[in-house]
Amino acid sequence: MPREDVKKLLRSKFMPHIWCPGCGHGIIMHAILRAIADLQIPKEKVCISSGIGCSSRMPGYIDACTLHTAHGRSLAFATGVKMANPELTIVNVMGDGDGTAIGGNHFIHACRRNIGITAIVMNNNIYGMTGGQASPTTPEGAFAATAPYGAIDPTFDVCKLAQGAGATYVARTTVANPVQCTQFIKKAIEHQKKGFAVVEIVSFCHTQFGRKNKRSRPTDNVKWLKEHTVLKAQADKMTPEELEGKIICGEFLNVENAREYTDRYNDVIARAQGKK
Amino acid sequence: MAQNEFWQGNKAIAMGAIAAGCRFFGGYPITPSTEIMEVMSEELPKLGGKFVQMEDEIGGIASALGASIAGKKAMTASSGPGISLKQELLGFGYIAEIPIVVADVMRGGPSTGLPTKVSQADVMQAKWGTHGDHGTIAYAPCSIPECYNITIKAFNMAERFRQPVLVMADEVIGHMREKITIPEPGTYKVVDRKKPTVAPDDFIPYRPDEDDVPPMPAFGDGYRWHVTGLTTNEWGFPTNDAPDIDLKANRIVRKVDRFRDDIVEYREDFMEDAEIVVVSYGSVSRSSLRAIRELREQGVKVGHFRPITIWPFPDKEIEAFSKRVKCIIVPELNAGQMVREVERAVKANCEVISKTLINGELYKPAEIMSFIKEVA
Repeated sequence: MPREDVKKLLRSKFMPHIWCPGCGHGIIMHAILRAIADLQIPKEKVCISSGIGCSSRMPGYIDACTLHTAHGRSLAFATGVKMANPELTIVNVMGDGDGTAIGGNHFIHACRRNIGITAIVMNNNIYGMTGGQASPTTPEGAFAATAPYGAIDPTFDVCKLAQGAGATYVARTTVANPVQCTQFIKKAIEHQKKGFAVVEIVSFCHTQFGRKNKRSRPTDNVKWLKEHTVLKAQADKMTPEELEGKIICGEFLNVENAREYTDRYNDVIARAQGKK
Repeated sequence: MAQNEFWQGNKAIAMGAIAAGCRFFGGYPITPSTEIMEVMSEELPKLGGKFVQMEDEIGGIASALGASIAGKKAMTASSGPGISLKQELLGFGYIAEIPIVVADVMRGGPSTGLPTKVSQADVMQAKWGTHGDHGTIAYAPCSIPECYNITIKAFNMAERFRQPVLVMADEVIGHMREKITIPEPGTYKVVDRKKPTVAPDDFIPYRPDEDDVPPMPAFGDGYRWHVTGLTTNEWGFPTNDAPDIDLKANRIVRKVDRFRDDIVEYREDFMEDAEIVVVSYGSVSRSSLRAIRELREQGVKVGHFRPITIWPFPDKEIEAFSKRVKCIIVPELNAGQMVREVERAVKANCEVISKTLINGELYKPAEIMSFIKEVA
């Protein structure tokens, strides 16, 4: 059962939620709520934004300022929200398709600007809501509704993409480790004062991905995630061949002295007003 | 002392927006509207406002919508292909009821078409470009002072009706320079969105007032509410319930329709005894008026009717004069878009003649004169 301070962050009026029983996404929502509660951020100063897809339905269930935008566009909306009111804590949730396919351009540019937004990429390797089509993170060889002979498209490494594009906090974990989920999300929210933070959380979709790939029960997926997780410290000592198919979990980047975009825009205002 | 300037239309649109209280602009460079964003990048920070050059056209309108949700009057601008790209999120603005102003400086199309040449080909796109039904408010300015004043009005309407409003200049108006006397602040009306008057815990986000428009708090104001592009009930939560859908879907059409008389604007010149009427808008109306003035000196009974709001369309007003005139000529820089609206308004009371030009040029007064002489 959720803690009392977590329950207060739920819009139970809008439940039941749309997620399938056993879906990994609930673990991520719970971790986000624990992080907000632990950090004691007033809920009227929290904005949860999202795009379209299963993961993006999350804001509706959270009692905060919530913004369910169009497919792929959440970070562009959130950029406007943050510019208009930098005091807001913004947690932007998105799926792998929403964030790295249709919204890929907004993702890399939000990284580049280093704007103070925490982006949670809920990666379940599939388009769940529309019935299990292949996404940019569907592993090569996996089956999907649009890859009936196995996917041949190489995948994105979301964390490498974020680092390459200029994000200043980047971490990965899985829903098989809820404690680490909360830990990284908290750090990523605190990092908002310094800039753009990305936490990739590998989730699962037993309904759409699982049933086509021999992991049709939620427990099959949690077990699979545990078996394939390699902590970053271990991974640093392993060869690329040994890391093939593994999920490297840990913090990849945490730039302590980064300067956040709306803070830098204050310099523009000062210059325009002749004060600098 | 009134301040006189010699401005380009695009600058007047940007400065009008600032006069209306716009404090956020998100956009992407595109000809022939780019000067609007250039002016915004320079002027907004002077007032503590924010400007962001986004990664694409969709990002431009998305950031403007986000800034508006967080309480700032916000704007984006574009042309041609950029407006096509923004269409989905215009729809988001209509359904989620987010006030923004979108300036569309029209150029030739389809696709990349004629980036530096004038057209009026977005008339129907403005009304039907995004999928689904909604009320539309769109203005077509014909001069530099009007670019300024109409942009102020566009913000007022966006704030009053909680929806996107379009300022549809064309390449000639956007790039033309002309004298403008800047109105003193306080001499024009500035409207701000209605805020809720109930406590946050009693707030029902999409319950409309009597005018069909719900009050709108800003994120960060203390109210917690849900914004979505899905069709919702009055709690702002997605619904598949037909009666709830009915309420929402019809309200966002009706809230504009029922106040149509407050919104519609037009100008009539030489109409008292006119037997022939030219209906034209934007840059074309300047050529028409020049032609009409000359023909009046020759004794031709010709008048001019200029829709200032192209949406809602001034149909009642056109119907009224159509009963007493011989014929109406509609010259426009597209393959015949507004003429269909004129025909709909006229209900066969008189002849309606469509004149179209889609070669990137503006109608010359002599060409309009010859159209009038053909029927005089």
